Amino acid sequence: MPNTKTVVPFAATPEQMERLDGVIARHKGQPGAAMPILQEAQEIFGYLPEEVQLKVADALGLSLSEIYGVVSFYTQFSVNPKGKKQVAVCLGTACYVKGAADILERVENKIGCKAGSITQDGAFSVDATRCIGACGLAPVMTVDGDVYGRLQPDEVDGILEKYMA
Amino acid sequence: MINLTINGTPVAAEEGTTILEAARQIGIEIPTLCYMNKINAIGACRMCVVEVKNARFNVASCVYPVAEGMEVFTNSERIAKARKTTLELILSNHRMDCLTCVRSQNCELQALAKSLGVDKVRYQTDDLKAQPEASMPHLVRDNSKCILCRRCAAVCRENQAVACIGANDRGFATHISCAFDRNLADSPCVSCGQCIAACPTGALTERDQTQEVWDAIADPKKHVVVGTAPSVRVTLGECFGEPVGTNVEGKMFAALRRLGFDGVFDVDVTADLTIMEEANEFISRVKNGGTLPLMTSCSPGWVNYVERYYPQFIPNLSSCKSPQQMFGALMKTYYAEKEGIDPNDIFVVTIMPCTAKKYEALHNDSAVKGLPDVDVALTTRELGRMIERAGLMFGSLPDEEADPAFGEASGAGVIFGATGGVMEAALRTAVEKLTGETLPNVEFGGVRGVAGLKEATYDVAGMKVSVAVASGTANAKKLMEMVISGEKQYHFIEIMGCPGGCVNGGGQPFQPMSLKNFTDVRETRAKTVYEMDMGNKYRKSHDTPMIKKLYEDYLGEPGSHKAHEVLHTGYHEVEKYPDVKG
Repeated sequence: MPNTKTVVPFAATPEQMERLDGVIARHKGQPGAAMPILQEAQEIFGYLPEEVQLKVADALGLSLSEIYGVVSFYTQFSVNPKGKKQVAVCLGTACYVKGAADILERVENKIGCKAGSITQDGAFSVDATRCIGACGLAPVMTVDGDVYGRLQPDEVDGILEKYMA
Repeated sequence: MINLTINGTPVAAEEGTTILEAARQIGIEIPTLCYMNKINAIGACRMCVVEVKNARFNVASCVYPVAEGMEVFTNSERIAKARKTTLELILSNHRMDCLTCVRSQNCELQALAKSLGVDKVRYQTDDLKAQPEASMPHLVRDNSKCILCRRCAAVCRENQAVACIGANDRGFATHISCAFDRNLADSPCVSCGQCIAACPTGALTERDQTQEVWDAIADPKKHVVVGTAPSVRVTLGECFGEPVGTNVEGKMFAALRRLGFDGVFDVDVTADLTIMEEANEFISRVKNGGTLPLMTSCSPGWVNYVERYYPQFIPNLSSCKSPQQMFGALMKTYYAEKEGIDPNDIFVVTIMPCTAKKYEALHNDSAVKGLPDVDVALTTRELGRMIERAGLMFGSLPDEEADPAFGEASGAGVIFGATGGVMEAALRTAVEKLTGETLPNVEFGGVRGVAGLKEATYDVAGMKVSVAVASGTANAKKLMEMVISGEKQYHFIEIMGCPGGCVNGGGQPFQPMSLKNFTDVRETRAKTVYEMDMGNKYRKSHDTPMIKKLYEDYLGEPGSHKAHEVLHTGYHEVEKYPDVKG
């Protein structure tokens, strides 16, 4: 099993860490404190770095593995930050039958990271999303908020290159 | 009492009893996979389903409490079909290399397939490949054989308070691993092997080192010696169908000799020696105001736990090497000199109830510079396999003794195998040394028994000595927290990493959970250990001729310079997640 730790180094501001301390202090001792703490921590950092998970685990008297088990169970949690530019490929039913899997593969190869992760320089992150409601345009991807529909795999590289400049 | 019927038979059960337990009362065994009494009752595997009249669905009997007037059917056609289908689905994602699997014929999944009549594989996942994770010296995990029962994660969390493994991800992608799918070696695993003992299949096994031992035995240049830990003699028989708790000491030594070892010895002797050094250390710490409470260091699972979880107590750990390491150290020094053998040619094998001993053997203890004290530490199970391969009919072997060159041990050495045993053995020696009088009664009942936490106070030469004993690192954690808060104060603490001590070590023969859920194998095995102590002609470590000889001929006196050189060691803090910098 490859390690799922993000490739982006952890960098938190003292202000973020202070907010995290506040969140932990507010929920500590409540039954089921892990969920609200993790949710608010993700709001603070944009994702749940290992460093933050370890801090939450220590504060709650749980192990890192127990916290990670919760984080990896729920899709709402991410262990990767979002890139400066975010690429999302819709894997909803309509897009999927129209060949979204091939689109995603081209995106992953071009960007150089798997869905759900981020490039080492933090420039791009790739996500595979549920239906984004643009089924008429299937298959669809979005780059930095721009929507590209009725995609052919061969178009992917050209589109992404525009954002890589 | 609650009255119900199971398969038409009336049963009266106490409130809160599960259907599984109630059925057991009338001799009906309901199959289980994920269920562990008091540790893991999650109703996840669905093997234990039963039919309850008027219930909409089959219910999981391991978690379903009995109710007045309930009519339960454990063996209807509907249930037989449900269990069989569930098992077939579990098997669909299980890599069945049963022919070459180390757990073959000792596998709870295989046994269930047989008893439920699964005689062909209807569903099969394509291309299920082995996924070995072998980053630790003591364990190999292969998730392609994992059935997600979570018994390993439950013992790691509940009994050991380590929780370095758990279920990651969700749905079909769920798998048992460490946080962030990191390697076990990059987690604060303490190597206790309790997860292996809990695994129903071949997904978790010890790293098999038997070939290394065969190779050494076959090498004419090597002088291969073996020593057996105290508890192995009360469990090895289980590998050959003997009842739990059978004393097979004589056959064990006979088997080792027939495997071709050049020297067959008993680690009980160095258990006695540990007591000599540790009792001396205790007395000296008490007299000279040293760090107290003194904590035992013979369980490497516990030592690993301290180094990772309670490094502030490292100064409390006894500096004595464990009996295993003392054994190896003396083989390569004292024995080598006495027999005129170059220590480079001596290959030391130990037979241990323990997987953490494999880790400990790699510890940089070396009484002879550049040589490890112990070359290979095998588990009881591995020895069982060697005996099997050699074609020795274990039950027909004669009873033999260890070689005289390394003497015989006391009963105090034998009881190291059970929780409280080291404390009792140490007290037998320490009290006599402190008072200068012979103990009228050598038995310290207060520290015996399988309870996870025990304490006692003894009057010794006008001083009240309070001692505590814990087994299973979760209990150790409770004890450490009480010591930290000041709620409890002790002079001497014994801790064993595994619940019940070495008799329940992670390297002991497998017993199915269907047995362990209803029988305390720890108690049965420990009982034999104490009987062996009672039958021994020496009850105190300092009384045996071998111990006297070792000090006269070689070590001088307990705590001497020589003793420190050969028999003592040190510990260091290990960061739990050194790669995570918050």
